[in-house]
Amino acid sequence: MAGTPVQVTGTVLTTRRVDAYHALTVVAPGIAERYRPGHFVSVAVGGAYTSMVTRRALSIHDVKADYGGTVELVFTASGPGTSWLAERRARDTLDLVGPLGRPFPLPRDPAHCVLVGSEYGSAVLFPLADALLARGCRVDFVLGGAGAERVFGAMRARRIAETTTLTTEDGSLGLRGKVTDALPSVIADTRADAVYACAPMETLRAVTAVGMEFDIPVQVAVEESMACGIGVCMTCVLPVIGDDGVTRMVRACAEGPVFRGERVRFEDVGTIPFDALGAPGGGARHVS
Amino acid sequence: MSVDMRTFLAHVELANPITTAAGCAASGRELAQFFDLHRLGALTTRSITMAPRAGRPTPRMAETPSGLLNAVGLQGPGIDAFLERELPWLAQRGIKTIVSIGGGTVAEYSELARRLADAPGVTALEVNLSCPNMEDRGRVFAREGSAAAEVIASVRSIMRYDVPVVAKLAPDVADIVSVARACVDAGADALSMINNPLGMAIDTEALRPSLAAVTGGLSGPAILPLAVRCVWQVHAALPGVPLIGIGGVMSGRDAFQLVLAGACVVGVGTALFHDPYACLRIERELEDLLRARGFQRLADAVGLAHRPPGSAPRHLLVDSEESTP
Ligand SMILES: Cc1cc2nc3c(=O)[nH]c(=O)nc-3n(C[C@H](O)[C@H](O)[C@H](O)COP(=O)(O)OP(=O)(O)OC[C@H]3O[C@@H](n4cnc5c(N)ncnc54)[C@H](O)[C@@H]3O)c2cc1C
Ligand SMILES: Cc1cc2nc3c(=O)[nH]c(=O)nc-3n(C[C@H](O)[C@H](O)[C@H](O)COP(=O)(O)O)c2cc1C
Ligand code: FES
Repeated sequence: MAGTPVQVTGTVLTTRRVDAYHALTVVAPGIAERYRPGHFVSVAVGGAYTSMVTRRALSIHDVKADYGGTVELVFTASGPGTSWLAERRARDTLDLVGPLGRPFPLPRDPAHCVLVGSEYGSAVLFPLADALLARGCRVDFVLGGAGAERVFGAMRARRIAETTTLTTEDGSLGLRGKVTDALPSVIADTRADAVYACAPMETLRAVTAVGMEFDIPVQVAVEESMACGIGVCMTCVLPVIGDDGVTRMVRACAEGPVFRGERVRFEDVGTIPFDALGAPGGGARHVS
Repeated sequence: MSVDMRTFLAHVELANPITTAAGCAASGRELAQFFDLHRLGALTTRSITMAPRAGRPTPRMAETPSGLLNAVGLQGPGIDAFLERELPWLAQRGIKTIVSIGGGTVAEYSELARRLADAPGVTALEVNLSCPNMEDRGRVFAREGSAAAEVIASVRSIMRYDVPVVAKLAPDVADIVSVARACVDAGADALSMINNPLGMAIDTEALRPSLAAVTGGLSGPAILPLAVRCVWQVHAALPGVPLIGIGGVMSGRDAFQLVLAGACVVGVGTALFHDPYACLRIERELEDLLRARGFQRLADAVGLAHRPPGSAPRHLLVDSEESTP
């Protein structure tokens, strides 16, 4: 059953540093075989008697069939949970739930696709690139970060993509600036049919704007604070316009994390737009 | 030897004492991806409101030491969509369902009860009293015995008598026993406690409150002692009233504490976010603990910690009498 999530206790196979990031390869058979590009997992952190009650959502960077199925996670040690994960060593066990979320939709026919990633957001784009290449698509990368060591996956991108454009805000690698500064010319040069992006919300908003300028679809993978990752707690919502034109507060974990860029109301993320279904002004009363 | 885990919520029999806590299992479908919902004693829905509600802005969650703050604001599709899509899904599968309702006025609660009175598949109705009372300057119903009683009396008069009405209480009150008594006097068949106490966290990077709504409800292990205390006090005062104990239950041992304090049903909320299988694990662990202590029936453990110091537990007395030659 592709997509149906499972909980597995996986054994850490390898740990590595990749530039500024930590990479963990974990044996997780049930998850690896159900995985599609764009899925994420949630990881329990802190051990059996931890005071950390929520799991951490991490994109799946890679799955391999070795050892019965492994998943690779790439992350920054940003707070107590990810710092604990960064201390894991080979043979430690990790409790994972996955695969979670909706994966990237793939084009039916071979298309020219530009993949845009910023910092660790790039990690989720590589299995996507493999899936697109397998369908005969052309793949071009635009990868960025604050500095050279924060641009994830440049070497691999160069190996598999037609072209790879790198940007850094401090100019230490590639073009100085943001991924969105380089994107228009990449779309124009490659005559792209579609854009896929994973980056902070502000960048996704700018990428979507560029896509709309060129009148090509943009698929974005968003990041919202998640307490459950499986769709039961309603903490991870953002305003998204549905097929019927109605804005709803939808769950990033269950309806996403991948959305059509033009459907996401980026400027209203973090608010309840007045015209959203059930918004306080929209007829429903605001209680509790 | 297996322990008889059956329990009664008022006159309704549940196969085991574990239910999901309102708002922590949506309407069941998501958890059904992981396990068969029939294995729950009951499923409690999120609080259903009259109109669709978009809830609060994000961020809606912040992790705190052994806890979680949330400010979701009862996001949901409203009663029409619930009756059309969510309740039938549960009813067709024969899943014991405790429907939770929330409103801003007594009339709103009554209307919700009216809409649910004839709906098939409602095992019990839980009245979430932790909503601000629109007619009383936003004062929370659960903080005012008389306001809570008014809601319960009205809902009780509308619901069929074979559907127990459960009043869900908040711990943020000076005297939970008096609110509990007011609800029982107004016709509540059972009580559920506790809802989230109010808390707050400040983001030391942004130098701002962590939640968009500033304050939020605290849940998770941090509130277990608060829940045990509330269940204890109410069971001591109203020993005949069935209690659903909720708050910070992560393990069978936590559930056992609430049972010993007087709960005959135990709700599991935040633990589901950490472990989608939490209810099954907790039920198994609770059964193991009971068995290891010589209990044949869960019912014998309910409120047992209230017996005077030095007296032996009754279930063990019976055992030793039987074994006397
Ligand atoms: C779908 C998805 C995929 C992600 N993939 C990756 C990835 O591949 N690599 C990576 O480094 N990070 C990724 N993140 C972000 C990652 O989840 C957070 O950095 C991490 O949870 C922070 O945990 P912490 O304990 O270090 O920080 P804390 O701030 O202590 O976390 C406290 C709580 O807030 C939540 N939280 C905090 N920051 C975020 C955030 N940015 N997004 C979601 N929840 C957050 C945590 O999960 C936890 O529940 C992803 C987030 C999502 C939603
Ligand atoms: C995200 C979230 C949403 C909740 N929504 C509701 C709700 O809709 N109605 C309600 O009565 N209680 C709601 N609660 C409270 C829980 O039902 C429960 O009483 C409380 O969280 C304590 O239990 P726990 O520590 O096991 O989570 C919610 C709690 C959380 C964490
Ligand atoms: S994280 Fe709980 S619903 Fe999305």
